[in-house]
Amino acid sequence: MSDLPKTALITGGSRGIGRACALRLARAGYLVYITYVSRPEQAEETCRFITDSGGQAGSFALDIGSHQAIEGFFQKEIKDRVSLQVLVNNAGLTRDGLLVRMKPEQWQQVINVNLTGSFVCLQQAARLMMRSRSGRIINISSVTAQTGNAGQANYTAAKAGLIGLTRTAAQELAPRNITVNAVAPGFIDTDMTADLPQDLRDRFLQMIPLQRFGSPEDVAACVAFLASEEAAYITGQVFGVNGGLYM
Amino acid sequence: MSVEEKVREIVVDKLGISSDELKPESKFVEDLGADSLDLTELIMAMEEEFDIEIDDEKAQELLTVQAAIDYIKANQQAAG
Repeated sequence: MSDLPKTALITGGSRGIGRACALRLARAGYLVYITYVSRPEQAEETCRFITDSGGQAGSFALDIGSHQAIEGFFQKEIKDRVSLQVLVNNAGLTRDGLLVRMKPEQWQQVINVNLTGSFVCLQQAARLMMRSRSGRIINISSVTAQTGNAGQANYTAAKAGLIGLTRTAAQELAPRNITVNAVAPGFIDTDMTADLPQDLRDRFLQMIPLQRFGSPEDVAACVAFLASEEAAYITGQVFGVNGGLYM
Repeated sequence: MSVEEKVREIVVDKLGISSDELKPESKFVEDLGADSLDLTELIMAMEEEFDIEIDDEKAQELLTVQAAIDYIKANQQAAG
């Protein structure tokens, strides 16, 4: 098994925080696998950035909302083919709306992808990591899980769910030398936050002690640390990367 | 390889014990020092090796090496 390439899997790695994590972990020497759902050309671009700088990467279309699809992906592409060392559960989407108006499918879709999909990936990865007696799992939560955010009942519930999942998984998997941590980004400049109206952006900015929005690289740096050997004694923790927005 | 041999191999591998220590009547927890995570790994390895499903309730009844062997044999026959 040890001759298989050491691999980091990042869900939702075609852009934003996922892409930054992919580039960063490639630099750390991992074979990087990213999954994407809607933007094959951006996923390929992420891979090209990596290979151009001497790294190795592969991209896979994968619907994180489908239990079956995730299981099939792990069977076909991960198990016995690579040595999975790092999982970054990053794939996520938003379907914002005030809770009194929120449609059942609007709620369910966000829970399915952001929470259930992360659980299934974590479960699949844990089964493999248990055998190799090592592993790093990093769940991308959100500052909104800690503070709440009007208009995001579904998203904040899913992201807060990830924190509970992180702590339980950390306890269950610790005897197998697998660490599980969460990173809770604050306001990060990505496609997800690009559509927010200017007045809302200004209001957020006033609330951030470090007086700027974060970059995907700010988050990736924390993820890369948690994936590294130096972070071996850290598990079950939630790391805010939020410019001080929540303390 | 027989079911007995395969099960022994899995138990030796997962629990990191020598095969001399392993008797059919050995209890996973009391005699072989397995914890709950070890038991889960054992069950998962047996499910995979023999292509069967062992539900949680049943798994809790498989306390010894022999019990596991018997269960696998019975279920393989049922399937075949």
